[in-house]
Amino acid sequence: MFLNQFLLLAAALFCIGVYGVLVRKNGILVLMSIEIILNAVNINLVAFGSLTDDVAGEVFALFTIAVAAAEVGIGLAIVLLMYRNRRSIDFSEADLLKG
Amino acid sequence: MTALLAAISPDADIYVAQNVFFGLIAVVMLYSAYRVVTTINIVHAALWLVLVLAGVAAQFILLGAEFVAVTQVLVYIGAVVVLFLFGIMLTRASLGDDETVREEKHAMAAVVGVLLFSVMALALIDTWGDDRIVIDEPQRVQEVSDAIFSRYIIPFEAVSVLLLAALIGAIVVARKD
Amino acid sequence: MNSLLASMAPLLAEAPTGPPSVTNDANWFLENAWLIPLLPALSFVLILFFGKRMPKKGAEIGIAAVGLAFVLAVITGFAWIDHRDNFEPAGTGGEEALVIGDDGLTSSDSLVLTAEDGGEGEKGGEEEGPVPVAVQSSTQWFQSGGIEFNVGILVDGLAVMMLFVVTLISLLVHVYSTDYVGGDRRYTHFFAFLSLFTASMLFFVLSDNILQMIVGWELVGVCSFVLIGHWWEEKPNSDAALKAFITNRVGDVGLIVGVITLFFAAGGGKTFDTLLINNAIVRGEVGKTALVVAAAALMAAVMSKSGQFILHTWLPDAMAGPTPVSALIHAATMVVAGIYMVARLYPVFYEGMQINGSSINLLATVGAITLVFGGLLAFVQDDIKKVLAYSTISQLGYMAMALGVGAWTAAVFHLFTHAFFKANLFLGSGSVAHSVHSFDMKKDMGGLRKFMPKTYITFIIGSLALAGVFPLAGFWSKDEILVGTGGWNFFGGTGGNGAYTFHLTMGMIGAALTAGYMTRCVYLTFHGEYRGGHAADDGAEAHHGDPHESGPRILVPLYILSGFAILAGLLNMPKGLALWPDSWEERFGHYIEPLGASYFPGISHGTPSYSLAIVSSLIAFAGAGYAFYYYFVKVDRLAKKTGVSLTGMPNGVTTTNPVARVGHKVLVEKYYLDHLYNGVIVAFTKGPLARAAYWVNQNVIDGGVDAVGRASVKSGRFVYDTIDQGVIEGVVNGSGKVSDATGEELRHLNSGKVQNYAAIMFAAAALLAGSFIILLAL
Repeated sequence: MFLNQFLLLAAALFCIGVYGVLVRKNGILVLMSIEIILNAVNINLVAFGSLTDDVAGEVFALFTIAVAAAEVGIGLAIVLLMYRNRRSIDFSEADLLKG
Repeated sequence: MTALLAAISPDADIYVAQNVFFGLIAVVMLYSAYRVVTTINIVHAALWLVLVLAGVAAQFILLGAEFVAVTQVLVYIGAVVVLFLFGIMLTRASLGDDETVREEKHAMAAVVGVLLFSVMALALIDTWGDDRIVIDEPQRVQEVSDAIFSRYIIPFEAVSVLLLAALIGAIVVARKD
Repeated sequence: MNSLLASMAPLLAEAPTGPPSVTNDANWFLENAWLIPLLPALSFVLILFFGKRMPKKGAEIGIAAVGLAFVLAVITGFAWIDHRDNFEPAGTGGEEALVIGDDGLTSSDSLVLTAEDGGEGEKGGEEEGPVPVAVQSSTQWFQSGGIEFNVGILVDGLAVMMLFVVTLISLLVHVYSTDYVGGDRRYTHFFAFLSLFTASMLFFVLSDNILQMIVGWELVGVCSFVLIGHWWEEKPNSDAALKAFITNRVGDVGLIVGVITLFFAAGGGKTFDTLLINNAIVRGEVGKTALVVAAAALMAAVMSKSGQFILHTWLPDAMAGPTPVSALIHAATMVVAGIYMVARLYPVFYEGMQINGSSINLLATVGAITLVFGGLLAFVQDDIKKVLAYSTISQLGYMAMALGVGAWTAAVFHLFTHAFFKANLFLGSGSVAHSVHSFDMKKDMGGLRKFMPKTYITFIIGSLALAGVFPLAGFWSKDEILVGTGGWNFFGGTGGNGAYTFHLTMGMIGAALTAGYMTRCVYLTFHGEYRGGHAADDGAEAHHGDPHESGPRILVPLYILSGFAILAGLLNMPKGLALWPDSWEERFGHYIEPLGASYFPGISHGTPSYSLAIVSSLIAFAGAGYAFYYYFVKVDRLAKKTGVSLTGMPNGVTTTNPVARVGHKVLVEKYYLDHLYNGVIVAFTKGPLARAAYWVNQNVIDGGVDAVGRASVKSGRFVYDTIDQGVIEGVVNGSGKVSDATGEELRHLNSGKVQNYAAIMFAAAALLAGSFIILLAL
């Protein structure tokens, strides 16, 4: 197996995830797109771990999974808070950063 | 996995069965990921996401990383997707088809995505043109756990603190007061 | 892409090998100097938990701990002097390896590093054989991913000097604070954080590796934040605290980038140890590119922490904190952390900035600009603490410039003397403010010498020392910096590491400015008629009676600091002037400077020059003299005539005193005089220089736009020798309009929608990565 087939798959997933983050209005769907991005990164880590026969790749993939779990928890809490305050989780309406 | 490994052709460099399965799984993953970011039904999106995550787990098995694959299924499909479904219910997001892709952003996002992919693909092909992965046997769980609890004990502890902080943070942010 | 990896190769040097020779017989106090930061750290915990229940609300714990730390620091200082004088090199030098925490968490290795053979440098026959330069004790903190993280202390002359300064001034500030913030609502917390600050600063000073330095650096930043915002109920105070913290974050990014670069480039990806990293650089084993990157990144950290130009804006605002805090943190100790870091990692800058044999570099130029810019701004402040704050910025500029031109000892010596006289001045201003309940020199002060004669005398001593008047501390250190620039070419010149003529000029201008603004400050505060208190306008009775002299807990620290302001300079009298015995010369440099050590670059020393000392003194006297003439003679006479206490000549004097009167003074001096003329007349209404400088400071710099406006304003000023307000106004407004228009264009990108920001971020990352690939493929 070529290393590149995994890396290119991961790159494609990453870009689909980025596309999702940029176009989705619904906060939960944005979070889902972020999960796709994180999984793409994990494929990279494990693939490089296999290439070098080093356990570090898998260990860091596990850490990434743990961090992603924390991220989903906080992300959903923020979305819930936004829903409670504005009765909407539409990210395109959140523009308080406007200068 | 054992069955897959047994099917290795005599020429150890060419993993026919693995390559076939890789292709199949990759196609399913890419299509599912595309559906996640485009479908109009939010619950369907969550279900498509399950397919993507399962595909990632399958790729981990192909790469010989059994433990990560199992964790992937447990944590992502078991916990994270359920969390998403709870989130969908709690925010009473409509299950119908009023969730649409923002048309005005579609072109810009597509351009950014394609640009990003072409840059990455160029770099990857240039750098790792013909490197091959050779998998003799799957990475044993014992090695992984040994590494985590000796060499990477500090990051491991840091992650546990991070999870605790996230737990408390989520409660503080989301509670009603 | 392979070329990308190839281009990174120089960044990844081999791990340093060949440690310096080692002995293991250092004094107990040198090996256990970690006790010094431990004491105030314990005091912090104790005050936090038990302070409120103590009879003196916790102040006694802080004073006892810091007092003990001071005693230990003094003993350590003597132990170091003894160690330095009576060092017997180990017979087997070089055989024992430098072991860092080899076995287990409890191992503690103490070792003494000696100089490599043949590294005596330019000092001639004074230092023969190995020089004991550092005592290091470290123990393993933890290990992760195959890298060991140590925690330890590195005691050498520089560290010992800082231990003495920090503990002494901290002790005096503790005593002073018992009176100054007595009865405050957060009295106990104030002392707790003073203790924590002292502990953090000492921890930073003693750290033996750069990772530990980051920890100390951030800790002092947090303490600074807490203490600036001590009275956070008032919005300006909490704003100032936030501004200080956020501005410092900018520099911290540079610090982290610099440390990571050093870790990989000089530490071989294996060690953070300061000495090993410095050794590797001195031996020339580290790639040039990596050093330039590291030096530039660390430069950002220095600029934020030590208030160098364009990142200095937080320091004047930090005066919102209580005055003892300003004296301790924002004048004497914390703000010199950046200077200390440069001195500690000097090989990085010496090689990275290519200081030797050059005539310009980033560090020296930033310092030179800072010292003039800060001095100019000090003229236009009405708040006595802000005058001192800008003065601090200016003096820090001197130190940065000295390091930049290779005058390491001069920079460290100026750090030493400046700590005393600036702390003296700040505490003096606090004494004044304690009495009149205001910091405004023009509204509420004046004539205070009659009411507060003791404070007045100490303030005068501090001002003279700061202005660099002959026998006082500031003269010696400032003169040494000017000598070190190597830019003096008359009467045989001075030698040095390069020919930094521009920097010498800036230093001289700075000397005149310093003398001038301190004269103004002294006049406005202590001379003329008392303007505060009686509240003539509303006709009511006095708010709080006449000002009164402060109590002994405020005065005694002032006396002690004045003593140091007078005498500290005598520690490092220059060589070869034949006015005093040889054994008195350069004691400070002898014990502090690790010249000839394997971790220190072989810098050259300038030779002191009578002519330079005389000329620079004359320039300072000219600055002071003009200010004196303006205030003490002209303004005072007019005030007596009209019977009103004045803070400057009334409008119109400017027009009757044309610039022609100044004659053919050099252009830069006219620049300075315009300031004096106009800055003092009804704040900023007519003064183009002060006003433009202040305007630039507030709008252009704070607004983050580049200093284009300033440059145009300045050139405008140089061209027109008479004050042409229309032109200046036009330029100022014009540059304002330009930046306004730029902002208007950029506003459209600023939609406030996060996804737009994300799109821009991803697209920019892709373009950046793409351009890297294309560049590296070429």
